[in-house]
Amino acid sequence: MARLSEENVRLANEIIGRYPRARSAMIPLLHLAQEQDGHVTNEAMTHIGELVGATSAEVYGTASFYEMFKFEPVGKYLINICGTMSCALMGAEELMHHAEHRLGVKLGGTTDDGMFTLERAECQAACTEAPCLQVNYRYRFRVADADFDSLVDDLKAGRLNDEIPAHGTVARVRQHIPVDRGVGAVPPEDVTEAPTWMDGKAAL
Amino acid sequence: MTTTEPTPEVVVDPNAINLTINGRPVAARKGELIIAAADRSGDYIPRFCYHPRMSSVGMCRQCLVEVEGPRGPMMVVSCMTPVAEGQVVRTETDQVKRAQEGIIELLLANHPLDCPVCDKGGECPLQDQAFSHGPGESRFIEEKRHYEKPIAISDLVLLDRERCILCDRCTRFADEVAGDALIHFTSRGNNTQVQTFPDEPFSSYFSGNTVQICPVGALTAQPYRFKARPWDLEKTESTCTTCSVGCRITLESSRDELLRYQGVDSDPVNHGWLCDKGRFNFESVKSDARLSNPLVRDGASLVETSWSSALSTAASIITSALRSGGATRVAVLGGARGTNEDAHAWAKLADALAIDSVDAQLGDGLPAAVLAYPQATIDDASRASTIILLSPDLKEELPILYLRLRDASEKKRSRILEFASKGSGLTRYAWKSVPHMPGNQAKVVASTLSESVVSAQLAKGSVVVVVGRSNLAESDEYTMAALDAVMAAHPSATVLPVLRRGNVRGALSAGLGRRDAVDILTDAANGEIDCLVLVGSDPIADFPDTDLARRALAAVPNIIAVDTFATASSTKATVLLPAAAFGEKDGSTTNLEGRVTRLARKVTVNGTSRPDWMVALELADILGHDLGVASVAEVHADLVSSNPVFGPATRAALSAHPDGVVLAPLATATSTPVAPPVAEKPGFGHRLVVGRKLYDNGRNVSESPSLAPLAPGSYLHMHSLDLERLGAADGASVKVSGDRTSIVMNVVADDSVQRGTVWAAWAQSGANIGELIDATKWVNDVRVETL
Ligand code: SF4
Ligand code: SF4
Ligand code: FES
Ligand code: FES
Repeated sequence: MARLSEENVRLANEIIGRYPRARSAMIPLLHLAQEQDGHVTNEAMTHIGELVGATSAEVYGTASFYEMFKFEPVGKYLINICGTMSCALMGAEELMHHAEHRLGVKLGGTTDDGMFTLERAECQAACTEAPCLQVNYRYRFRVADADFDSLVDDLKAGRLNDEIPAHGTVARVRQHIPVDRGVGAVPPEDVTEAPTWMDGKAAL
Repeated sequence: MTTTEPTPEVVVDPNAINLTINGRPVAARKGELIIAAADRSGDYIPRFCYHPRMSSVGMCRQCLVEVEGPRGPMMVVSCMTPVAEGQVVRTETDQVKRAQEGIIELLLANHPLDCPVCDKGGECPLQDQAFSHGPGESRFIEEKRHYEKPIAISDLVLLDRERCILCDRCTRFADEVAGDALIHFTSRGNNTQVQTFPDEPFSSYFSGNTVQICPVGALTAQPYRFKARPWDLEKTESTCTTCSVGCRITLESSRDELLRYQGVDSDPVNHGWLCDKGRFNFESVKSDARLSNPLVRDGASLVETSWSSALSTAASIITSALRSGGATRVAVLGGARGTNEDAHAWAKLADALAIDSVDAQLGDGLPAAVLAYPQATIDDASRASTIILLSPDLKEELPILYLRLRDASEKKRSRILEFASKGSGLTRYAWKSVPHMPGNQAKVVASTLSESVVSAQLAKGSVVVVVGRSNLAESDEYTMAALDAVMAAHPSATVLPVLRRGNVRGALSAGLGRRDAVDILTDAANGEIDCLVLVGSDPIADFPDTDLARRALAAVPNIIAVDTFATASSTKATVLLPAAAFGEKDGSTTNLEGRVTRLARKVTVNGTSRPDWMVALELADILGHDLGVASVAEVHADLVSSNPVFGPATRAALSAHPDGVVLAPLATATSTPVAPPVAEKPGFGHRLVVGRKLYDNGRNVSESPSLAPLAPGSYLHMHSLDLERLGAADGASVKVSGDRTSIVMNVVADDSVQRGTVWAAWAQSGANIGELIDATKWVNDVRVETL
């Protein structure tokens, strides 16, 4: 349970600086909070509210729209098995069944060791590769029961650490945007000139 | 027009728009919404989310109407669509009816329809419109949505999410109007619901308004839940006198018991809103602790007696005081909590007896001279281009005025320039907030107003100065000197005095401000007063210098108190007369801007209580003075004819104008304040600032079971850096010493307090800050030590 760390507050302020209005940074900051703790804590939401000038209720109201923000602890690996038509026809139900047995949790549950959370997802736009799943939003295609087992073994053994970071890690939040590529902290109504990198070609 | 010469009389109003609604021509203004124009033309369009005092959001779609377009009629949302020249609107076609029925059917799909056990049943827009605009039956046979019923979202408000139709009125109110966005839609999608943040309740001073504007029974108020059915309620319009904003309300009762107050939309005053203290303190009117019979002292105790014997005892006390030392030995304190008629009757009695020691304020206001400056109304302030605050925290003391000024700033009509010893609720909306130490505000005001950016701002348009008593621990002359500094720099400014007690302006205008309470109580403490009459006032609780009040009341041989409760002061009386409370008497009241409105009686008095005016008349009678009036109507007529300030407030004018009639300024000569700078007392490191919180231990709150727990209690507020220097932890007990005595308080870090000052709230349970205030001193310095 934590507010944003000192290092993350520094980053948060940098992110806020990319937007004309501080409030616009709310969602990137929620990602930052989820990256820090694996889920979005109440303390972090309050902290984000302080940083962007919103009440905690407003931050929560925004955050709770998004399925991908978790407000309870989830496993290090969040496994979403697709349950929509193509995958369902190709055995997603059976795969889910198998996964429940293999992990020893019901759909929606988290293993005791805190490693895995099992969820069902809607179509992941990989219907030709059904049944499919995502681990921390990284794809696995045409998953047979045996594939699922070796996936779990590999994750447990740390063999996929390079490919699949812990839940909440979102590279985009940390990307560095050169100052001259951003609009800067200017409200849209106050922008009168095109940024230099637009070569003056684009009309505002 | 056929003439070539334009006729000069014809002024084409660029904002005028002509449209037709249901075939009849309607004149509207540019920017007006169709639903508002239709309301004026009498074509009612059903609605749930639209509220004329808030922005439109188009959430519910119940207000669909047909508008003629280039490709035939089309359906538009009338609460989002502005009128246009030549527009043809139809609100009752088959297409419109089908749309309305469709929306109702969908809204009811998940609605629990528990009307028989719902507070709103009988006055519910959903229920009413399901009858008037619904299909009559539903095709929905599936299981409805279920939520835990109801959840408390604050100490006062409960939420039943099953009944909610997601109209966004409550959440919009909290954000737009109150500025307390503590409730919000969460889990948007299938499970959209109104929620607070986990463990962060909707503790807004204005939360009760959401219950009133919720178009269904989703939000209910703890003090009213299950108390009545709407069709059993009798209603009458009146004015809240809890504070001097004077919001218009309806008093609602059943079986002679007050059960609810609701806000009435008065355009110049409250826009329909009430604060929770005003809305819910009806509970104190029916408190069991109310006095119901006259009491007369018998040794150490007060014993019940009849009115006739109590009044004759009171009269003989007055007579003997007059006989022994003359009129200077009798004093009257109070009258600011009653009606104009109460005040006038007491003023007439004081006149008849030639009593000069009369004050409606208790050393906690400002000199009556503040009412003699060029006056501004609340509307003037909320339209001024600059609002200068020399006032206490309006959010805590005059909540609806706070809403009006916050709105002025949020809608960018006005810029707020605040001068304060401590940050207030309006600080975050202020254009500039300039801190000052208690005592040097005049200097700070003068130098700030001479800055070029500030004078340029003042030159932009009208300037209204909101002036009140911001610190009970400093002389009121500093505020008056600061006001004079504004007037000197900007002579065209107008003044909105914000004296706080319900009818203080009425009482002062009626002549109950003849001599300062500080002088009266000092005389009393010196044994120079033989008879002190307390008219609904409690100096021991309310006079800033508790010690002086205590000594004064102890030194007066005979006190006559007229009060609704046995208080610290009224229990010291020789004669204690039970007074009729708000809602139990007719009359009129005057709000802080001088607006007179009518008060109504809704319930019979508690026990044998009598209104204050009647007590004055009866005393006069026994004392052998005929005041020439015998009823509240006659007192009012006499007030209007004999007091030029009240001239415009005739009975006919008040009946014709429910929003009230504004009085003229007082003709008192302005005083010239002396306000010397005072150096810090050596060894006393902090200057004391004492203000108020909305909820305190006054009877309005403490005798209202729903409100009493909301009072925060007594704490010493100190800047975190000062706290660090002191070496005390946040929340620790510290010793706070003044000249006379020390008290122990818990200290809290609060960076809205200036360094070098400490702040405490008046009238909180726990340590009484009044022990540290010496009312005869210009300022009060204190020493804070760790224990
Ligand atoms: S609780 Fe009432 S006011 Fe609030 S959104 Fe629901 S229906 Fe509207
Ligand atoms: S602001 Fe004052 S007058 Fe208005 S409801 Fe509150 S207490 Fe009553
Ligand atoms: S149905 Fe599973 S990815 Fe589309
Ligand atoms: S009243 Fe117009 S959409 Fe609700």
